[in-house]
Amino acid sequence: MATTAVSAESKNYLNAEYGIRSWLLTTDHKRIAILYLISITLMFFIGGYFALLIRLELLTPAGDLLTADMYNKAFSMHGQIMVFFFLVPSIPAVLGNFLIPMMVGAKDLAFPRINLLSWYVYIGGAAMYIWCVITGGVDTGWTFYTPYSSLFSNTHVVEACLAIFFAGFSSILTGLNFVVTVHRMRAPGMTWTRLPLFVWSHYATSIVMLLGTPVIAITLVLVILERTLNLGIFDPSRGGDPVLFQHLFWFYSHPAVYIMILPSMGVISEIVPCFSRKRVFGYTFVAMASIAIAVIGFLVWAHHMFVAGISLYSALVFSFLSYLVAVPSAIKVFNWTATMYKGSVSFSTPMLYAMGFIGLFTMGGLTGLFLACLGVDVHVHDTYFVIAHFHYIMVGGAVLGYLGGIHLWWPKISGRLYPEAWGRLAAIIVFIGFNLTFFPQFILGYLGMPRRYWDYSHMPEWQALNVLSTAGASILAVGYLLPLAYLLWSLRYGKIAGDNPWMATGLEWKTSSPPPTFNFEQTPEVTWEAYEYEKMPLPEEVTLER
Amino acid sequence: MSDSPAIGETPLAIEHEARPELRHHFSDEQQQRNAASLGMWLFLGTEVMFFGGMFCGYLVYRRIYFPEFAVSSRSLDLVVGTLNTAVLICSSLTVAMSVRAAQTGNRKLQVPLLLATIFFGLVFLGVKGYEWNNKYKEHHIPTFDFSARDLMEKAGDRHVLGLDRISDSGQLQAREAEVQRHSQVFFSLYFALTGMHALHMVVGVGIFSVITWMAWKGAFTPEYHTPLEIAGLYWHFVDIVWIYLFPLLYLIDRRPGA
Repeated sequence: MATTAVSAESKNYLNAEYGIRSWLLTTDHKRIAILYLISITLMFFIGGYFALLIRLELLTPAGDLLTADMYNKAFSMHGQIMVFFFLVPSIPAVLGNFLIPMMVGAKDLAFPRINLLSWYVYIGGAAMYIWCVITGGVDTGWTFYTPYSSLFSNTHVVEACLAIFFAGFSSILTGLNFVVTVHRMRAPGMTWTRLPLFVWSHYATSIVMLLGTPVIAITLVLVILERTLNLGIFDPSRGGDPVLFQHLFWFYSHPAVYIMILPSMGVISEIVPCFSRKRVFGYTFVAMASIAIAVIGFLVWAHHMFVAGISLYSALVFSFLSYLVAVPSAIKVFNWTATMYKGSVSFSTPMLYAMGFIGLFTMGGLTGLFLACLGVDVHVHDTYFVIAHFHYIMVGGAVLGYLGGIHLWWPKISGRLYPEAWGRLAAIIVFIGFNLTFFPQFILGYLGMPRRYWDYSHMPEWQALNVLSTAGASILAVGYLLPLAYLLWSLRYGKIAGDNPWMATGLEWKTSSPPPTFNFEQTPEVTWEAYEYEKMPLPEEVTLER
Repeated sequence: MSDSPAIGETPLAIEHEARPELRHHFSDEQQQRNAASLGMWLFLGTEVMFFGGMFCGYLVYRRIYFPEFAVSSRSLDLVVGTLNTAVLICSSLTVAMSVRAAQTGNRKLQVPLLLATIFFGLVFLGVKGYEWNNKYKEHHIPTFDFSARDLMEKAGDRHVLGLDRISDSGQLQAREAEVQRHSQVFFSLYFALTGMHALHMVVGVGIFSVITWMAWKGAFTPEYHTPLEIAGLYWHFVDIVWIYLFPLLYLIDRRPGA
């Protein structure tokens, strides 16, 4: 990293030590966050490559670019990489790791060595997954449904399961570290109600990681045992029940949606007040909504199984609970909007991402209500409607929040400003590309196009919308590559940021940029409430451009 | 590494030199101990969920295949299982006593008690291996030529399975095939649960080997014995898992004469 231009006397985490050893054996949460940033970016582009293959195949109705088997592998590996190796660790392991100790006023996470271990475990899993990709891949869909995964698939299911087991173990360690840090490491005066909402949402996320991830771990272990040792737990020909697998799988994998979206909501809760120069509207409600989402999120999993032959009565209960989870989500959306209302809003890059998030998350959430409704779900189950719905949450929500957060905290992470004009351009390109990719898929799904089909030559009228979607995906790819380019450029040529370029509240802005190894010269003592924006001056950059 | 004092952090480094156990990012020992203990409790929470997945499967199948579960459970060796439970409870006792010895500063007792813990742990694993070997001989391991024939021989077992009430030979055959499949589910769960438990025992023995070595070097004092304490928590947890496994697997139906 180019930090040479930063004034010689400022010792920070980047220039404290040099050499590859100082990175690979670091226990500094900030350096580990950078290690995670590099590794998940790599995984993101591998997963994106498979998305590209999917979109190119669907450009024409005939199955002409890939074989059916290759297509199965492409969507399976796209899903598994993006969910387990990018989205789940994205914001927590990068931004959470970097910021939570600073936000609570601590020198590091509670268990720095376990934090480093979590990265190595992640790398072990990622390496094993890449090995699995290179040696032939896996074709079970990201869901590993039995008995296909345990009996019939001839691909590398065991390796993929093990890789995801490792990734899950790494996220357990991260979550454990966060919970202990928030409980035990807060600076004097940093009460629970003074915590930034980013910390609250990561606290909720960590609870889900701790209670959900072990269940997918044991489920995948049982799949491995069934494949290798012929244990009969999910295989009907040996007395097992495949629906049990689906229950166990979704018991984690539905809450995992909240692992992916809650940290993003935390980022939005930081961006919106900062660029509206106002306190968050209804702090307590936003904080408690995170906890409510985490709790209710554990009680809705069977809405993925309405057509799997579960009892109608349990389906009714799960349908009702799925509606219920919309309440805390809506509280957040309304509170962000109310925060902006009569605020002094500036359309900086992070704010553009935040506004995009609010709109797209609302669309994703509302279409989620369609799917929570039993009758509609049966109609659109396993169609592109579902694909569009969860991409509005996963990409329109989680990824936009991630990009917004990277931009908001880039000056803190690197000590330099990214080029604002390019940032805004990229944000707009991502928004347009995203909608062009996924909105047509709502319509396709409603017209009946099933997911996971590589050939739709019997329905050529679906082609126009698929072409739109593929075109959108290419625009989206440009929107992803742009930040990669200008953020790397800014490491060397960006303007020196200063400690608090956005004039934001929060302890992380009270230390230097980039922060010193132990974050603060002296342990801070907190005597103020969160988000006291009325007491903060306006940032220079923003004042000029307003 | 964060253990070595970083540049510009001299006052901190000096302050910490006097207290070697206190790691740099904690403000005092109390905070460090509380963090470690909360961390271990949370980890045990994840372990509960990990075993919970299998217990959930057990619950479902025990309900729908109850007769097969009852008969299969009876084929497990009750005496050996009980003996092993006693061994494990003894090991938890020695762990608790070693923590107590550390708290009272009794260094002489710590190492023998910890060695006893490791010994009991190894005895448990040895007995478990003996039981698994017997299962192998009885064709009760799902992979290796699984057969539930011997579960359908005794009159009492045939009654529980409902075989004695079927007169039609075709139906009888179908029911026997069913028993074969369903008891295989029991043994699948038996091996998954006891196997995963044994794996945790192996890890526990490994942890306690390190702890014993630390105790032998005199690392634990009444002021500082957090590693011993949280390793003890782990050991007790693994013990408690077995306390649940034993009745669930061995004691489903032990009515005399059944």
